[in-house]
Amino acid sequence: MAQVFHRSTNTLSRLSIYGAVFLFAALAAFAYLVNQSAYSTEVHLAREQPVPFSHKHHVTEDGIDCRYCHTTVERSSFAGMPSTYTCMSCHSKIWVASPMLEPVRASLATDASLRWTRVNALPGFVYFDHSIHVAKGIGCTSCHGPIGDMPITYRANTLYMRWCIECHNHPEQDVRPREEVFSTTYRPPSELSPLVYEGRRYPTQMTLGRYLVKKYRIKSPKDLTDCYTCHR
Amino acid sequence: MGESEGNRTAGAASAALAGLTACTKLPTEKIVPYAGEEPEEFIPGKPLFYATAMTLGGIAKGVLAESHMGRPTKIEGNPDHPASLGATDVFGQASVLDLYDPDRSQVVIYDGHISDWSDLLVVVAEKRSEWAASKGTGLYLLTETVTSPTLADQMRVLLEQFPLARWHQYEPWGGDRALEGARLAFGEDVNTVYKFDRADVILSLDADFLCSGPGCLRYARDFADRRRVTGPDSTMNRLYVVESSVSGTGSIADHSWPLRPSAIESFARAIAAGLGLKPAGAPSSLPGVLPEWIAALVRDLENHRGASIVIAGGGQPPIVHALAHAMNQALGNIGRTVVYTAPVEASPTNQMQSLVELVRDIEARRAQTLIILGGNPVYTAPADLDFGSSLEKVPLRIHLGLYEDETAELCQWHIPEAHYLEAWGDARAYDGTASIAQPLIAPLYNGKSAHEVMAALVGQPGRVGHDIVRDYWSRKNLAADFEQLWEKSLNDGFIAGTKLEPKVVTVKPEFLAAPPAATALTDLDVTFRPDPAVWDGRFANNSWLQELPRPFTKLTWDNAILISPALGKRLGVTSANDETTDVVELTYEGGKVQGLGLIVPGHPEDSVTVHFGYGRTRAGRVGTGHGFNAYSIWRSGTGGFGTRAVLAKTGMRARPATTQQHHAIEQESEAGFKRHIIQRATLAEFIKNPNFASKGEAARMNPPPFSLYPELPHNGHAWGMAVDLSCCVGCNACVTACRSENNVPVVGKDEVMRGREMDWLRVDTYYEGPPENPRVYNQPVFCMHCENAPCEVVCPVGATVHSPEGLNEMVYNRCVGTRYCSNNCPYKVRRFNFKLYADFTTPSLFAMRNPSVTVRSRGVMEKCTYCVQRINVAKIQAEEETREVKDGEILTACQQACPTQALVFGDIHDPESRVSKLKRQSRNYGLLTDLNTRPRTTYLARLRNPNPEIKE
Repeated sequence: MAQVFHRSTNTLSRLSIYGAVFLFAALAAFAYLVNQSAYSTEVHLAREQPVPFSHKHHVTEDGIDCRYCHTTVERSSFAGMPSTYTCMSCHSKIWVASPMLEPVRASLATDASLRWTRVNALPGFVYFDHSIHVAKGIGCTSCHGPIGDMPITYRANTLYMRWCIECHNHPEQDVRPREEVFSTTYRPPSELSPLVYEGRRYPTQMTLGRYLVKKYRIKSPKDLTDCYTCHR
Repeated sequence: MGESEGNRTAGAASAALAGLTACTKLPTEKIVPYAGEEPEEFIPGKPLFYATAMTLGGIAKGVLAESHMGRPTKIEGNPDHPASLGATDVFGQASVLDLYDPDRSQVVIYDGHISDWSDLLVVVAEKRSEWAASKGTGLYLLTETVTSPTLADQMRVLLEQFPLARWHQYEPWGGDRALEGARLAFGEDVNTVYKFDRADVILSLDADFLCSGPGCLRYARDFADRRRVTGPDSTMNRLYVVESSVSGTGSIADHSWPLRPSAIESFARAIAAGLGLKPAGAPSSLPGVLPEWIAALVRDLENHRGASIVIAGGGQPPIVHALAHAMNQALGNIGRTVVYTAPVEASPTNQMQSLVELVRDIEARRAQTLIILGGNPVYTAPADLDFGSSLEKVPLRIHLGLYEDETAELCQWHIPEAHYLEAWGDARAYDGTASIAQPLIAPLYNGKSAHEVMAALVGQPGRVGHDIVRDYWSRKNLAADFEQLWEKSLNDGFIAGTKLEPKVVTVKPEFLAAPPAATALTDLDVTFRPDPAVWDGRFANNSWLQELPRPFTKLTWDNAILISPALGKRLGVTSANDETTDVVELTYEGGKVQGLGLIVPGHPEDSVTVHFGYGRTRAGRVGTGHGFNAYSIWRSGTGGFGTRAVLAKTGMRARPATTQQHHAIEQESEAGFKRHIIQRATLAEFIKNPNFASKGEAARMNPPPFSLYPELPHNGHAWGMAVDLSCCVGCNACVTACRSENNVPVVGKDEVMRGREMDWLRVDTYYEGPPENPRVYNQPVFCMHCENAPCEVVCPVGATVHSPEGLNEMVYNRCVGTRYCSNNCPYKVRRFNFKLYADFTTPSLFAMRNPSVTVRSRGVMEKCTYCVQRINVAKIQAEEETREVKDGEILTACQQACPTQALVFGDIHDPESRVSKLKRQSRNYGLLTDLNTRPRTTYLARLRNPNPEIKE
């Protein structure tokens, strides 16, 4: 009986089996990359807002404290978004004719809220609380990135669980003195620029962090990574 | 502020497996801050609590309503209010669902068409000029019980303007018989306030005073405080109950004797005779109660003169109430444990008589206009009055109500009523304390309050509730600075100094000589009661209450004809373990109803119990079409019970949606005792052997601790709970509170029949002894948070894990729905979302949910979390203030609602915490501890304090 398949079929089948391994690996790698990409994480993606609000201008150039607008950040899970009334406490006096601020003036005039697009979003089953992070010496920029340099606000970190857990496992890597929590220019101590805090010199973040973890009674990683800390 | 804040959701992890997360990008959300200045004290993310008052039967209980960003989400008791002391009942807990009910009436209706409030005002204005000419001839008003001083004042103004107008009051389960009983005893209208905190011996004549009535929350607390045993040197009060049906009060009693309702008068006469009152017709013996028991009870009462209470139930005729008053006087209780005040009602009225007179006037064509302010008389009126067809003979009919119900259907005008969380108002509590009811939210459907309708009637259209109520109180001159008083009253939830003063009254003994009504004790009695969950039918469209397993019967979504075991046997009615039960027909005074015949241990033999509130035809999508209408056989002369009823089997069978055998640890009560699930003793036994719950036979439940897993030391908090079974009356407040706090979904009647109800907390009932009169044990069961949790080790995806503080955690977004955990749980406390039970489509319900708790989706297991959202809030608060969490700072929802404070939660590592102290008691025991589960929730054995002279 004649051969049904040509001899080259052997090569082809070997090649396709061999190739499938690579193909799946490539697909997996692609999926991973998509998952890590800004498309999925929305990191560094500036969002369109009703008013092109610049943190860079207000925070760095004008020197307005975070809490002037985000009033409840020390008291509540939610940091608070300023009412139009808060915006107009300055903008009724300065930039009163700026066309860029027309939606703000219209909002106050018509009593219709500004509808900001949320930049730092978490899924519904995550219960994040601003106040406890602030109280324990986690600075705004630790999560929100270089907010003082953002002309348009973008998400600086993935806010993925892996990213949260990293700090919950090693809070000493990020904790800073409470006095510096709202500073956008704070840099963790390093050998070149050590920090003198309470009369002691801290050459590294780790030495400072370990001290502050103890001082602020930050719970053990076991407690901090407990599921019910964030989910319930 | 965040749009999705009201409705946090979690799907099954199967939809979001690792690697697929890219497919589940978060939807873009908007943040919508205020445009104008933010309201004072407004902190987004933190709830605010407002003191207000909820009325049932016109009488107020103080509540604190929790508001998340302007949305009322939860009702708690007001710890400062004398009728609440922080506790709530099932109706209070469930009332928040009524607010958001999408079936509530939403527009003014005229003649079946959408109309407008302003159109009605035009009609009222025209009518007012007619009434002005005729002095109000033909104007009739029908309200429910009114204790509101403001409404009463408006009524007074109306009757001054139109002196010939008539005001009638009716609700089916008002205080008619108590009122007539007081008139009989004292010749005047009085309100009776009981001081259970001063009573050592209590006799209840068919009164469910712990679970029902305007003072029940306070009474339950005072009563329980007198029986909190801490050690062998403690004392307990003693409760005797004779009852015509089964009740929570009967279940906690030290002696509970079922008696047919018509025999309770004889019983009362026998006791009264024993106390030397010489009532006519005192029987020498009663079936089911031995003469020596009566003698012993009388001796016990006499030994506690001035420290005893005799209390009569609302279903008993006036003579029983009068006898109770006379007995309290003979025992020297008046002024000590029983205090009389002026009535709390603005105009105390025999409401049945009032309705009869109204129907008579309508039939005589005297009524030209009838304005019904609240209530649903077409449904709730007794059958013989045929109120519906009478009503249609009134030329102009206006109805104000929460729902477009049976009464609204027969009225030309219907006005949507504002819910109590939407409207200003006021009302008095059981002791007369007046509360201002303040709204938390603007009316969702443009509802009007009775005050606003009354304002239109007295010629002040457009006056808003706030001004009406405030003006009334400002005219009262209660304080020099009214503004300060108003602010304080709103803040406190009641107006200081409005409690009614004690009043000196003396029993006029003439009534004792009147011979008793002749009752033939040979036929069948029928006891009428409001349903323990939907009450007189007003809560019929509330699915939380519909699905609430009723005490003892565990019936949901239905009413039934409750039958004693002996009568059931006689008639051949079978139920219990059978899936189905007989449908029986009850004939009374020519009326017939058919309903499920449910056999209830402890029900008096020659009587049956039926509950009002079912057989609704226009309740809404939830409440229409369930059960039978007990009003259809109720007569205006019946009162709380009727005699000469006939019960017959129909031959049909049906399945009740009862949860009795669902999630049962043991199918039979007997096994429950054998496995020491219920540990119990009398006080005398306990004093003799304080360690009965852990030593002796019970010791085998406590094997030496053993585990394959290493001990995990933890120095932080260790959460635990203790439940004092001696205090639990099985009122279900905890179950409803848990549902509200934790967004527990409702599954519907069919799913309940499949055993899929979702309550995280159930109250198990165990019976001991003869079914004719068993001892009843209530046991709330929730997740035990086992230290060696059997559920955790079988989860293949780590969705249920242990926290360092001892919580058995359920992680919804990991759960893939294998249900292994539930299979392996010996306590049967895990609940699975077989379907998408949570309502993801009705927008009004999104606003109701607790934003601190995830709404679970299909395919996810869930269970009690010890209210971890409350634990986290308290921990964060304490951390921010650099202190430890204080004992009592965290109250679980069930604990907070509990009227008797039977549930105590706290840190068991803190030796001074209340829960630690309870757990150190010798009565402390765990359930099924022989399985080495080491539960964090433990129970304190049930103690009874029977009279040693009575050998039952």
